Amino acid sequence: MCINFIGEIIIKIVKVGVIVFPGSNCDRDMFHVLSDVFHLNTKYYWHEKGLPDNIDAVILPGGFSYGDRLRAGVIAANSPVIDDVKKLANRGIPILGVCNGFQILVESNLLPGVLLKNESLNFMCQWTNLIVKNNKTPFTNKLKLNQKIPIPIANGEGRYYADPQLLRDLRQHDQIVFTYENYVNGSLEQIAGICSEDGNVVGMMPHPERAAERLLNPIDNKPSSLIFESLLTTIGVKN
Amino acid sequence: MSLQEHETKHIHDTIKRKLTKTELQIIAAEWSEHCSYKSSKKHLKMLPTVGPNVIVEKGYDSGVLDVGGGYVVTVHIESHNHPSAVEPFGGAATGVGGVIRDILSAGTRPIAILDGLRFGDIENDTHARWLFKNAVSGIANYGNCLGIPTIGGEVEFDDCYSGYALVDVAAIGFGKKNRLIKNHATNGDLVVLIGGSTGRDGIGGSQFASDSLENEDRSAVQIPDPFIEKLIIEAILEARNEKCINAMKDLGGGGLSCAISETAESLGIGIELDVNKVHTRESGLLPDEIMISESQERMLLITSKQKLVKLKQICDKFRITCSTIGHVKNDKMMHVTKAKKTLALLPAEFVARAPLLDRKKTKPKYLMKIKKEYKIKNTLDYTKTILKLLSSPNIASKHWVFSQYDHEVGIRTVVKPGVDASVLRLDNGKFLSAKIDGNPKHCYLDPRQGAIGCFEEACRNIVCCGTNPIGMVDHLQFGNPENPEIFWTFIESLEGLTEYAKFLRIPCVGGKVSFYNETPSGPIKPTPLIGVLGISDKTPFLSEHPSNGDYLIIIGVTNDELGGSEYFEYIQKFIGGICPVVDFKDSKSNMLAVLSLIENKLVKSVHDCSKGGMSIALSELGIFGNIGCDVDIEKVPCKKNLSSEKILFSESHSRYLLVINKKNIDSAKKFLNRKKISFAILGKFSGDQINIRRKSKNLVKFKIDLGQKRYFNGLGDLLKHG
Repeated sequence: MCINFIGEIIIKIVKVGVIVFPGSNCDRDMFHVLSDVFHLNTKYYWHEKGLPDNIDAVILPGGFSYGDRLRAGVIAANSPVIDDVKKLANRGIPILGVCNGFQILVESNLLPGVLLKNESLNFMCQWTNLIVKNNKTPFTNKLKLNQKIPIPIANGEGRYYADPQLLRDLRQHDQIVFTYENYVNGSLEQIAGICSEDGNVVGMMPHPERAAERLLNPIDNKPSSLIFESLLTTIGVKN
Repeated sequence: MSLQEHETKHIHDTIKRKLTKTELQIIAAEWSEHCSYKSSKKHLKMLPTVGPNVIVEKGYDSGVLDVGGGYVVTVHIESHNHPSAVEPFGGAATGVGGVIRDILSAGTRPIAILDGLRFGDIENDTHARWLFKNAVSGIANYGNCLGIPTIGGEVEFDDCYSGYALVDVAAIGFGKKNRLIKNHATNGDLVVLIGGSTGRDGIGGSQFASDSLENEDRSAVQIPDPFIEKLIIEAILEARNEKCINAMKDLGGGGLSCAISETAESLGIGIELDVNKVHTRESGLLPDEIMISESQERMLLITSKQKLVKLKQICDKFRITCSTIGHVKNDKMMHVTKAKKTLALLPAEFVARAPLLDRKKTKPKYLMKIKKEYKIKNTLDYTKTILKLLSSPNIASKHWVFSQYDHEVGIRTVVKPGVDASVLRLDNGKFLSAKIDGNPKHCYLDPRQGAIGCFEEACRNIVCCGTNPIGMVDHLQFGNPENPEIFWTFIESLEGLTEYAKFLRIPCVGGKVSFYNETPSGPIKPTPLIGVLGISDKTPFLSEHPSNGDYLIIIGVTNDELGGSEYFEYIQKFIGGICPVVDFKDSKSNMLAVLSLIENKLVKSVHDCSKGGMSIALSELGIFGNIGCDVDIEKVPCKKNLSSEKILFSESHSRYLLVINKKNIDSAKKFLNRKKISFAILGKFSGDQINIRRKSKNLVKFKIDLGQKRYFNGLGDLLKHG
């Protein structure tokens, strides 16, 4: 909401929603990057509230929803907001899950496969390189195929696994979006991010919101910022 | 119960009646060394605590510094040693939780954690290794879940900690100045307990921590739940924004007893509370247990009747329990009831102010026996020595540790862990650095000089990243203060820190004293730990790795100070020698010179000389930059002619290594000459080998990749195998 020069209240259309679950802890980081760096009209949505129909994109941020109890993401996958996310996903609205958000998307069957404990059995926080394997999703369309993205990971359960049939399907439908350049955590085929068959739902373990600003990225922030610029292009915001 | 004879007498003389059981429990908890600081309080007053940026308010558990633009930084440090020595995962985790709530109490959002960990010799002692691994997991588990980055710290191993653990946690908060909680309360306000339920964990924890560790009292160890803590943080910050909080205090050592009596005392109010209203984890808890339980993730709030509804709404949103347990009165009494029955009725001030002690002190006998000189039997191969040091647990990269901590969350971490100090960006456009340092090996040989050295080292690290020291916190950890020899070491350290803080005009904005760090095999070495915060108003100093042809300069004087060095202790297995002494004048002028060079963009990177001495510092520069270096130590500034061994390994203070591009070398030299700084050009970076010579004599030669292997894998390899 803002006020114009003659004092009328103008309600701007909410463009991007960041869902907040109990225990989300990258919600504020994601919000900052979307609104302050890429100037998107961004709003938080508490997990018990519904999402508006006219939303343009939804982000499920990282963190420890419900303290990772039972299994990362499994409780949040049963939150009321997930029904709305599913409806929006079916309508083709771009949806991105980062880290815990990816885990929630997997647990709610919006994305296939599972995320297991890292091979080291430890939480891992380190910088790594991603390779773009699908540049047709709403979050990768400004990146080049096989482009390198320097980006940090920070997770304990980030090892992607799929059974052989599913892996064949993923390949067939071009659902592998990002792979790690090097061996990181034992992820199957070095998979770091995937998308739905339609491509509008994307999940990734690394944190693009931590890598899109020059000050925070010791290597190169441009590739990560292209993830957000892809979204801007997709939802029709000129930059 | 831990009440002493003179304390019982003091109670009797003042209250003039027989105390109830509950009253005795409350007093015993509050008058424990851990809560009351009865041995140290008189002496702590010597530390300078004021400064132009220091904000002082009633009832704060953390220090508050004004950083400009309407923003403040809060900082606090605590330890959780006894619990961590018994149950390292839970002990370390709850250590994080406790200090975070101190930051929250001021109404600021916690934005960073630093931890200092100390254990026995992990190379040979499997129990120490187990403690270490689990303490790291506990911190990771808790801090990561909260989404607060662990941005730095230090890890050290020494035989004096075998069978024991020092787990120190410092936390930093950030917020708007006008949102700080100005603790106040008026008659009729409500006393509310929010967060985790009260259970039987941590019963008598503060008393457990106020005695030497002889039996492993598991019921005194608290159980962590980071998820509830995360919800509390968000709920409280929301309640703060809605102005629902008149006053706030976290429940830590001494549980409710301590929180109630200290809040009442600091605000000059009375509090009446009903133990039946406290939400508990299990039925059948005794009132005394409720009063002294140290169950975690609980906060005490004082709110007005009008604001209670809003506060409850916020707590409901986050599904955390909020119990109105009592109300504020103006009789300055702490009144505990169970329904209508009075269990305790004592003046709050009486409970909160334990009779302070004048402990005796005498210079320890061990200090007279320590040998100042060490005759080196056989000259070691310096290359092998340096490689051995690079992979030793105290010097090797702590990557294994900090890669388990989320150090990026919050997107503030501009300079990441692994270098001298991490740097965070603040919302007011400034940059904040933070570092903690300790050195028990130095402090054992000379508690005064050792403590000053820790302080200087922390400052050096802050300066290396181009920031100005603005405040310090101290954590003073010693053995049993009833032993005059130990108390002497405490006073010496404190006096040293005071002297240096006054000289540099760095205010001490917070701290903690932890005594009784002893096991049946004896006390720990004196372990003061100093945390320093620094600030830079301009762009952050993002150091660059050296490249081919860059110059290496050393600033500062190297002295005959191998005492307590890694070279003596780890390589020569000798405890003794002369402990490094900080020259205050040099210390200050060197710091200012380095800051000036950074500000004028004349240096590419700066690294201080600390553990392992100059040889290790310069190896680290090459290792990080993946480049070799050719060095002649003949010109290293020394007070007198020193042996190569001393130049290479002495841990003298106030020394910095600078990497300077060829085009800036003349300006840098001119500047240092003008400022009359002792310095020397040691050599140039090039190739893939570290070569150290003294005139024409080769001393050290190794390939950078070998050094990297030793340095980066040293600790990880050790922990892989059990």
